[in-house]
Amino acid sequence: MTDAIDPQTAAPGTPPNLASLEAGPKGTASLRSRRLPLAEPAVQIETLDRLDLAAAGGPSDFDRAVAESGCGLLRAGPVEILQINVGKLCNMTCRHCHVDAGPDRGAETMDRATAEACLRALDRLGAGTVDLTGGAPELNPNFRFLVDESIARGAHVIDRCNLTVLLLPRHRELPGWLAERGVEVVCSLPHHRQRNTDAQRGDGAFVKSIEALRRLNAAGYGAGDPERVLTLVTNPAGAVLAGDQCTMENDWKRSLERSHGVRFDRLIALNNLPISRFLDWLATSGNLQAYMELLVASFNPATVSGLMCRSTMSVAWDGTIYDCDFNQMLELPSAGPNGAMNVRDLDVGMLEGRRIVTGRHCFGCTAGAGSSCGGSLESGGR
Amino acid sequence: MTDYYKSDHLARFGDIAEGGGELARRFFDYYAHVFADGALSKREKALIALAVAHAVQCPYCIDAYTTECLSQGSDLEEMTEAVHVATAIRGGASLVHGLQMLDHVAGKSM
Repeated sequence: MTDAIDPQTAAPGTPPNLASLEAGPKGTASLRSRRLPLAEPAVQIETLDRLDLAAAGGPSDFDRAVAESGCGLLRAGPVEILQINVGKLCNMTCRHCHVDAGPDRGAETMDRATAEACLRALDRLGAGTVDLTGGAPELNPNFRFLVDESIARGAHVIDRCNLTVLLLPRHRELPGWLAERGVEVVCSLPHHRQRNTDAQRGDGAFVKSIEALRRLNAAGYGAGDPERVLTLVTNPAGAVLAGDQCTMENDWKRSLERSHGVRFDRLIALNNLPISRFLDWLATSGNLQAYMELLVASFNPATVSGLMCRSTMSVAWDGTIYDCDFNQMLELPSAGPNGAMNVRDLDVGMLEGRRIVTGRHCFGCTAGAGSSCGGSLESGGR
Repeated sequence: MTDYYKSDHLARFGDIAEGGGELARRFFDYYAHVFADGALSKREKALIALAVAHAVQCPYCIDAYTTECLSQGSDLEEMTEAVHVATAIRGGASLVHGLQMLDHVAGKSM
């Protein structure tokens, strides 16, 4: 495994230290490395819970908002997507990151035994999609193993890619490798122009992202081939809701093709959830109160039936099972009959019908057109 | 009045119905239709609205359509160009009247 290089112990002459700007743009540093109180999930939850959101007009308790919209209790259906967060290690430190990922998070990385447990879970669940995320999932030494074994089991595999990781010398061949296997590459790009991209992801992020997109295009991605789907994900670079993704997709396609000769297949627009580094930014920029009121006031009942938590099992680097990647970062595990569950001793029967664990952060997924790992929930068939 | 232009007036815009509900209903209904996706996208309409907001110097509209432009995926450079379009038209509208002056001068002068 050429990926098994610990950035902390890499000898001179090995690929660049992930903490360097050469290895990836740095919009900020992790909350953890800055020893900020908001690095703690409990402090994040408390920060949201103590806001008075009466001015928003609707219920500020998420379960009540769902119940009053006539949707009843939020319960899980069959698992269609096995989302595996292989760890928090990343070559970037974007300002909105809900994972608080970065080069300093190398200790929180999924090991081989847990990866194998995920595959056993896949066998039992029969989920159609395996969604690999992080951090930068490609930095995990078990990444290629998970991709190959998931494909061998007939799953559609998604790589949630930060783009710049593809420029690391050790990943030169990765676009071609992913293309050969039909892996869908879902890439973060806040904007189709430089300013907002660099503002969120760090100076130089846009130029590097475009170069990575060119390499994916060269490997056959973004040309409409269903075996080589290139999806872009945009989060607003600020305290506004994500716009209409269908409208934006056309703008983006025109702009990226005309200015950079880059093509992609589809655009997903996601709201930023008020947790981790985005929460820190909201609080320090004076936007927290107004943003939370906006999320609550924009509650859209039409988004509830498509919420990803109802069809996803989210596994953390240590094997703990969550209802979604956001709950994972808030350390709110799925509610099994005996409390938290681990993928290593998974009882599939305990998953379906369980009550989804919620909090005020969930308003991020139901605001406006709605957000989810799959994008806008209201545009139908997307 | 002790002061003009209160920022909470924007959020209270709907209160205008107090003196005439039917006209307000028709206006807001029309307004919503104007800004729906059509031959022009919501993003393009928001940029036009931002430019017009500067031309008519409406602080409420500037706040509202700055947010809307960001939400619809425009960035500061695009929005600044839109404001310059408004500025150019306003400036040009003054300057083109200079032709009236020019003709008048020509008629009065030897």
